[in-house]
This record gives sequence, C-alpha cells and structure tokens, in this order.
Amino acid sequence: MRIENHPILDLDRDEEKEITFTYKGKEIKAYEGETIAAALYAAGIRVLKASSKYERPRGLFCAIGNCSSCHMVVDGIPNVKTCITKVKEGMVVEEEVGKGDIVD
Amino acid sequence: MINTDILVIGGGPAGMTAAIKASESGAQVIIIERYHELGGQLIKQTHRFFGSKKEQAGIRGISIAQELTEKIENHSNIRVMTEATAEGYYEDEVVTISHENKFKKIKAKKVIIATGASENMLAFENNDLPGVYGAGAVQTLMNLYGILPGEKVIMVGAGNIGLIVSYQLLQAGVDVEAVIEAAPKIGGYLVHASKIRRAGVPIYTSHSIKKAIGENSVQGAEVVELNDNWEMKVGTEKVIEADIICLAVGLNPLSDLLIQAECEVVYTPELGGDVPIRDENLKTTKDHIFVAGDVAGIEEATAAMLEGEIAGLKAVSEIGYSNENIFEELNRLKTELNKLRSGPVGKVIKNGIEKVRRGNYVGKNRYSHLR
Repeated sequence: MRIENHPILDLDRDEEKEITFTYKGKEIKAYEGETIAAALYAAGIRVLKASSKYERPRGLFCAIGNCSSCHMVVDGIPNVKTCITKVKEGMVVEEEVGKGDIVD
Repeated sequence: MINTDILVIGGGPAGMTAAIKASESGAQVIIIERYHELGGQLIKQTHRFFGSKKEQAGIRGISIAQELTEKIENHSNIRVMTEATAEGYYEDEVVTISHENKFKKIKAKKVIIATGASENMLAFENNDLPGVYGAGAVQTLMNLYGILPGEKVIMVGAGNIGLIVSYQLLQAGVDVEAVIEAAPKIGGYLVHASKIRRAGVPIYTSHSIKKAIGENSVQGAEVVELNDNWEMKVGTEKVIEADIICLAVGLNPLSDLLIQAECEVVYTPELGGDVPIRDENLKTTKDHIFVAGDVAGIEEATAAMLEGEIAGLKAVSEIGYSNENIFEELNRLKTELNKLRSGPVGKVIKNGIEKVRRGNYVGKNRYSHLR
C-alpha cells in the first residue's frame, strides 16, 4: 500500500517511471529509484527470508543496511541487502532460505 | 589504488560537513556512502529541528540534507562515491571498499570515520517476526518511499524518536494504538508528547512489551506493567492488536570499523555504547583517524554537523592545508558545540566525553584481546 496524501511530502507519482520485476515468479510493479525491499513492501510482501537455523520468517528491521534481516537472492546472488539495493527492470528476486551458496 | 588527502566514511550530517569543511581549504576529499544518495538519516526527517536559528532550527531534516548535498556537489574537489561500503582498514592506512560491485582500495592522508549508529533491539518473545521494525525503518518506508508501513502501530519508547515517529505515522494516516515506555516518565520533549496525546494516542509509562503475537507477521502484542524495580507485574498483561511493533529504544554507535582499525574504544553508557577515545578535535588514538557524529557518541544531527566541521578542519590542517584563522574557527565551533550541550541531556553527554578524552581514560581497552 502506498500513501496517497501527505501533509508535508509531495507523493505525486505521475513523473515516476514504472518498472516490473519478478518475485517468486510473480510480476511486481515498482517505481524506478526505490529499493527491492520497499517495492516488495508496497506490494504487501513482508516476509523476505527464512532464518538460517529454524527457518522462521524474517522481514525488514533497520532498512538502512545494518542488520541482515532483509537478505534475499537477487538474480541468483544470495545475501543481497534488499533494503539498500535498487530494484531494476526484469530483476528476479527470490526468498532466501539458509545462508546462501557461493556463486561463480 | 585511489589516493586522496581526506577520506570521509559515511555520508550523513557529520560526514557531509566534514567533507565540506575539509574541501574548503583546497584538499582533495573522497566521501563514501553505503546508500545511493547522501544525507544519512536526515533524508527521512520530515520534522523541524529544535535549537537556535544558527544551528538550522526550524528547518526540516530533509531540507538540511538537500542543502548539504548541493554544497558537496558544488565543490569540485569532493568526489562522492555512493553505494560504496567500507570493508576494512589495513595497517598501511589503506581502506578497502566495495563500490559498483568492485573491490577498491583507497589511501588517504587522514580518514574521518562518520559511520553513525544502528538501532537497538529489545529482548521479548517473537521479536524476530516481520512487523517488528526499528523506528528508522518505519521512517524509511513512509517518508522516503511513501509506503504505508501498516495499519495499526504499537510504539515502544517515549523518547524524542518514539514521539516524533508516532506523529509522523499519524500524518501518514496510520493509527498509533499506544506508546509504551518502560521508564516511569516520558523521556522526550513534552511538546512532542502533547501533540500525539491531543490526537488521542495513549502513552503508557512503566509498561513494557512481553511478547509479539502472530505466526508469519505481527498481529499484536502482549504489554505488561512494570513495578518500581522494572520487573513485569504478573496479572497486568493485556493484548493490543497491531500489525507493526515499532522500536524506538535507543541507538548504538557503529564503531566496528574503528575497532578493526585498532583505535582504542571504550564502552561508555552516557554515549550509547562503544566509542573511541579522542581528543577535543575528534582525533582518535590513531594519528590517521578522526571521528564525528553518532559513532563518537549518540547525540543528534546538529551536534554531528558541528563535530564534522571540527574533524574536517583539524584533519586538513595537519596535512599542510593552512588556514590563517584555524584556531579561531576551531574555538568558535567548540563554543557552539558546548552551548548545544548545555541542557540536562547535554550534561550527561559532556560527562561521557570527559571520560573518553585522550589522557583521561584509565583502564583496559575493551577489544585489546582481539589483537
């Protein structure tokens, strides 16, 4: 959900460029310039990964790249901090389970 | 290898003023920032600042960030590297960074570390559920991206951040069900508390959160009253429905890089955690490294900006960029900083700083066993 009216912020999105990426095979719309985590949140997705030991659901915590609660697999690369990584057209985003494998 | 006079790590208020001040003497400056724009936490501060006019009071944080960013862009001798993370500090004073998916090395004559702080967690059952967010994360979602963080919020902490973010949530159209505070009284300014009380938000002092309720994300919380010894009173539990539990329970200096660089670091509760021993010009126990802002002790943006200026000015003066008025300039900045710290909160901070002043600290460095 996005905020439509705000007393201080100008949230007019007419000038913003819309892009599309996929999450778990589903197409999701986002605005250029926002982060992966923000775009997913706006689409109602709060669970971003499963914890490595007990596979408990994890979402954002700090949203500024300090903690590792938002790690996801992006275009095949694990442990991407989605709260500080910008979403791009055609990106493939997957939930992360476990610690992530090293890719070549 | 990239060579420069000054490397500033962190593009928040402290780092930005440090870079500007250092560049004004003609030095070559690089500022690195993890996010894709400069400004640090200022870019989500929609409220007006307190204090005197001179220190940007009455101006919204977002405007201060814009103003400083423009200033940096107008200085041709400042190179800005965004989406750049400092990875390590080496013995030959080389800082390694990851930038644009590449591993790079920077060697600077002086390094100013202004990495800021991270938000504190709070121990309670289910505190890892999606929906338990730091107050800064909630601000990021709504003030930076215009996204509704949720429908109903329980705010934990009635310090200034908890109170201000509660008001910002109301502005975004989110219901704040309650503000709960473990201390017997509200920690923040009364003017902020009154604002949200007028909007019908109850503030429960001597209350804490016992557990979060929910399977895949937060659906509510069990809150409980505390007695005079801050222990939970059995039988006072009540459930509040909410999809967000927002934690505004303090900040912790991000001193990891300082510790790794072997600066002497001391746990100082008055300053929020592990902070470096330094002199009055913010120089650490390492000749190459200065600090500024929250990493030197949790305060607010105005103090951070002044510290940045002091560190920037002193750092360039030590590498031969002379400024005729440097003594007067440094004294003026220190006087301003001192004035800023004149209230009861400032007194605690000054006590903390006195403890970690170079030469004053007696004891063993907390991290010496790692060497």
